[in-house]
Amino acid sequence: MALWTQAVPAEIYLNVVVSGVLTGLVYGLMALGLSVIFGVVRVVNFAHGEMMTIAMYLALVMFTLFGLDPLIMLIPITAVLFALGYVMQAGLINPFVTRPEHTQFLLLLGIAIIIVNGLLIMFGPDAQSVRTAYAFDSFQFGRLIVDATKLYAAATAVLAAAALFAFFRFTDTGTAIRACADNHTGALTVGLDVNRLYALTFGLGSACVGAAGTLLVLIIDITPQVGPVYTLLAFIIVITGGMGSMPGALLGGLLIGVTEALAGLIFTPSAKSMFAFAILVLVLLFRPQGILGKAIS
Amino acid sequence: MTDKLSARSARMSRRAVAGGLGAAALVAGVSPFNIVHAQGGALKVGVLLPRSGAQAGIGQDCHRGVEIAAGILKDLGLPSLQIMSADTETNVDVARARAEKLISEGAQLLVGAFDSGQTTAIAQVAEQKGVPLVINIAAAPQITEQGYKFVFRNFPTAPMILADAFANQKELFAATGVAPKSVIYLHVNDTFGMAMKGGIGAVLPKFNMPYKMLDTIAYDPTARDLSIEISKAKASGAEALMVTSRLNDAILLTRELVKQRWSPMAILSMGPGWYEDQYLKTLGKLSDGPMSFVPWYDPNKKMSKQLEAALAKMHPGINLNTNHVYTFEALLVAADAYKRAGSTDPKALAEAIRKTNITDNVSPGPGIQFNEKGQNDKLKNSAIQNRGGKLVTVAPKEAANAKPELPMTAYDKRG
Repeated sequence: MALWTQAVPAEIYLNVVVSGVLTGLVYGLMALGLSVIFGVVRVVNFAHGEMMTIAMYLALVMFTLFGLDPLIMLIPITAVLFALGYVMQAGLINPFVTRPEHTQFLLLLGIAIIIVNGLLIMFGPDAQSVRTAYAFDSFQFGRLIVDATKLYAAATAVLAAAALFAFFRFTDTGTAIRACADNHTGALTVGLDVNRLYALTFGLGSACVGAAGTLLVLIIDITPQVGPVYTLLAFIIVITGGMGSMPGALLGGLLIGVTEALAGLIFTPSAKSMFAFAILVLVLLFRPQGILGKAIS
Repeated sequence: MTDKLSARSARMSRRAVAGGLGAAALVAGVSPFNIVHAQGGALKVGVLLPRSGAQAGIGQDCHRGVEIAAGILKDLGLPSLQIMSADTETNVDVARARAEKLISEGAQLLVGAFDSGQTTAIAQVAEQKGVPLVINIAAAPQITEQGYKFVFRNFPTAPMILADAFANQKELFAATGVAPKSVIYLHVNDTFGMAMKGGIGAVLPKFNMPYKMLDTIAYDPTARDLSIEISKAKASGAEALMVTSRLNDAILLTRELVKQRWSPMAILSMGPGWYEDQYLKTLGKLSDGPMSFVPWYDPNKKMSKQLEAALAKMHPGINLNTNHVYTFEALLVAADAYKRAGSTDPKALAEAIRKTNITDNVSPGPGIQFNEKGQNDKLKNSAIQNRGGKLVTVAPKEAANAKPELPMTAYDKRG
């Protein structure tokens, strides 16, 4: 019997929507990384979720060995993922930028498989989690109950996304990267070091997913197999929001987070992912460039 | 020169192999079981468990039951067993292949294999080869409904587990004078969870329970966030939570119960997860309270205490559980039958197993006996409750070592 046939108190809907918004913001940060990389380098990172699991395991190891809270480790882990992304782009992916898309796909899929299996060898298949002192905390505002970990994670995700927007908007390097994205030939003509800017961009995208992974360990349990799941989720969000659109990625994250939450409440929780895919299909049918994407003339 | 020699050697080898195969086929035709009789020697027991793959943790836990068996069987004056371990890799096809391999390597009796699907495959091999199989854990009723002559099960079937679960619940409600008026049922949507849902739906109306089931909520056992599921359950207004879970989702559900500030009157678990050591260790005080209705052991029996002591010595910090108990009892059945049969002949062993009457055992009920189908239908299941990081048996009364605590203490009142 589906619950929608019963009278559900309004605060339950409110709680679920708030939970969906908070989770969606972290999803948005994760997808932002994918969108940034595609928007500039024009390479689709099929190892995106798997790179996020690296960040998650780094947070887990630091918490387990040294008791360091993932929120404290956010900047160091983000820096490590930035370096990883930079090196990957400069050393491995750059030669593939001008090659056919299927070779890029195979390369990144190969990297994804290596990451998953490497993590399996190192950490095993069992689910592991970070249990902070506030893992069971929640805040009550009247009849609204807000999960403390989700709130912290979402607030940090908003700050990280704002920092990225500011970087692209107000710094010379950010402007140069946007120039590369807008006109690759023009950027070369005016003497920009495009390869370095591509590596920087891939590093920034990886840093986004690193930050998202560090925040997600507060919310979910980790296994090496979560990587492909989140790669797919990132794709759904980015395509829904608009490939290459940074605000679109955040909007897509929010939309998917809230949709999954409400679908789980109104219909059945085990079918909630179906509704995320339904949104994707609708967007592809009626607005193929995504909600905030630019139409290709 | 070398090439010629190699070629000749290869030809010789092929001829030798062909001849060998022919001889083997002839011998196999004359002596279908091809098992060496070794009276006075150890009985070769092939133990099949899922020690890698998705069920690796449980398979390895079952193996602890094998490890502690040797000393206790020796103390009982039973003949020794030569254990031949095989990993089913949590895969039905591998389970079948490993059973065949064990028999070809001389296993005279098989024990296994925790999972109903894998055990069904092994049972087919055992029956075909005429080698006795003593099932340690597998609840699908069909396994002992096939008319097999070499398959025996000292573990309750799913209908037995469910019937005892509701009988034990009624006993607990009567003992405490507290009973929920409504429950909501959360269950994993895998094969096990869906089978339990179907079974509960079929059995529940027959028991005239004091509660009404308001709703059922299925969820993916690999889900990483169960907040919506708990929101939905809370919204139903149910007084108690009935669950069929695995370990990780049991932890996630508890975490969400605490975060969403919902303390049901009772958590009634119809499966694993809520009583496992990892659940107790991970959640500490928050793990107290849930009741699990499971095949368990009678803590008042003498042999249970022996088993607890042996496990504590070999694996300190691990609570005795279903996996250890029923794997141990399968080996107990094997050793007892071997002693009475006085032979490794599979037919003699099967006949001896059929006449088993072990009253000094571990599982609840009058002991180990098998009916004409090879099923121990006298087994009883227990209700156990998590209390202070330990597990106590609260029903049935004759196999209990503690009084039930109902309603369970609210999560926000645990200090």
